[in-house]
Amino acid sequence: MTQPFYVSPEQIMKDRADFARKGISRGRSVVVVQYADGIVFVAENPSQALHKVGEIYDRIGFAAVGRYNEFENLRIAGVRLADLRGYSYDRRDVTARALANAYAQTLGTIFSSAGEKPYEVELFVGEVADDPAHDQIYRLTYDGSAADVDGFGVMGGQIEQVEAYLTEHYTAGLDLAAAVQLAVTALGQDSDPARTVPAASLEVGILSRARSQPRKFKRLLDAEVEAALGA
Amino acid sequence: MTSAGQLPDGTRLTGSSSFADYLAAAAPAQLPGAAQKLAGAASNGSGVDIAPHGTTIVAATYDGGVVMAGDRRATMGNLIANRDMQKVYPSDEFSVVGIAGSAGLAVELVRLFQVELEHYEKIEGAELSIDGKANRLAALIRGNLGLAMQGLAVVPMFAGFDRVAGRGRIFSYDVTGGKYEEHDFHSVGSGSVFARGALKKLYGAGMTEGDCVTAAVQALYDAADDDSATAGPDLTRRIFPVVYSVSADGHRRLDDAEVGAIADAVIGGRLQRPDGPQAPLG
Repeated sequence: MTQPFYVSPEQIMKDRADFARKGISRGRSVVVVQYADGIVFVAENPSQALHKVGEIYDRIGFAAVGRYNEFENLRIAGVRLADLRGYSYDRRDVTARALANAYAQTLGTIFSSAGEKPYEVELFVGEVADDPAHDQIYRLTYDGSAADVDGFGVMGGQIEQVEAYLTEHYTAGLDLAAAVQLAVTALGQDSDPARTVPAASLEVGILSRARSQPRKFKRLLDAEVEAALGA
Repeated sequence: MTSAGQLPDGTRLTGSSSFADYLAAAAPAQLPGAAQKLAGAASNGSGVDIAPHGTTIVAATYDGGVVMAGDRRATMGNLIANRDMQKVYPSDEFSVVGIAGSAGLAVELVRLFQVELEHYEKIEGAELSIDGKANRLAALIRGNLGLAMQGLAVVPMFAGFDRVAGRGRIFSYDVTGGKYEEHDFHSVGSGSVFARGALKKLYGAGMTEGDCVTAAVQALYDAADDDSATAGPDLTRRIFPVVYSVSADGHRRLDDAEVGAIADAVIGGRLQRPDGPQAPLG
């Protein structure tokens, strides 16, 4: 008769965290940058159909790294939550904070539940306000921790190199073209020497307070990305 | 069971891209008319007298788009319940919906329809075709059939710019959710008989956007002339019909100054000839 080995809770959690972290670091990075008119999400994503960046609500955007089926599931859940809340109360009552909370609770529960494998995802949830001081960006990790992002953020892939470049070169109040250039150059820092990421394999979504429509999210077309990079 | 603060049950399931379907599963009490159905409020068949009713909507296509206009009156029995009600709403960037019938239910239905279209667009990453939008609206109206039988009918009209065909299109509905594509122009609501009669004589192929707006305002004037539940332009309060135009550039609400100028011209003409412009006999 075999005796089950005793595994300490610390070890279980560490194993689960290692598992999730490994999955997340396999892909390419996603960068979020605050610019003068809002927030820009930039992902390296050769696929035109499987998006990493998406719209959640009027002022709320989403970006993710990790396993596609898992973060797509979370994105759809977020859209449903936001639409239901906006329909039940008012469009102004849908906030990134509430959404980030719901994601944190869900990811945390899945992470610590023995029956489920942890989600191998990390998320950015951004909300654009009427002025830059009130813009909000949250970063949600696989274990349900949530953190505020100030100015810029990176997740997935080779975080250290990308983040080091952004820390060195980011300034507040960039215009859109400069913010996109900064983010794209930063994404290319994950190899030595740095790569140039072609516009066709970039996915760029913006939340812009300059848009007159209530829906502030816009996906930039390839031509618009090229124009921003060429500027 | 999920604990508080987490994503609610059902949000993480894959499935339909329809918000209405999700709502029916997750929070059925919030569907339009759910409370009224439970209360059986209109079981005596006299829903007309217990809740405000919206009245006349007209729409007409022009080369490159479509115009929809609605008067501003809501009535409750023989009383005027509201004199500046909005009955034409944008449903998404390239479509508008006008409502006639039980006002409270209709406004709720429009709100659900707006979320329905946006929800699909966000989840699928693509816009619905105009026929798809028109069919979704039919499905939502069908859900209201029970109340319609009790006198709380909602009869919308839907119009939008077909980005594939490159032209404006109009759809009308009946209370059972039947959907009918209309050509050139159409009208719904209590004054629609008179408005459609007027449009028949005024509408012509090759009309511009401005012509269509004038024809719509003339038609609403004729509806108000013969139907007590439809309001004409309110000159003392400067309340004018709500007019939307949809084209390849999206929807646009004409501002009060623009509609006011057209309404003033229409009324100026009526001072000379109260029955409106005369169509040639032969």
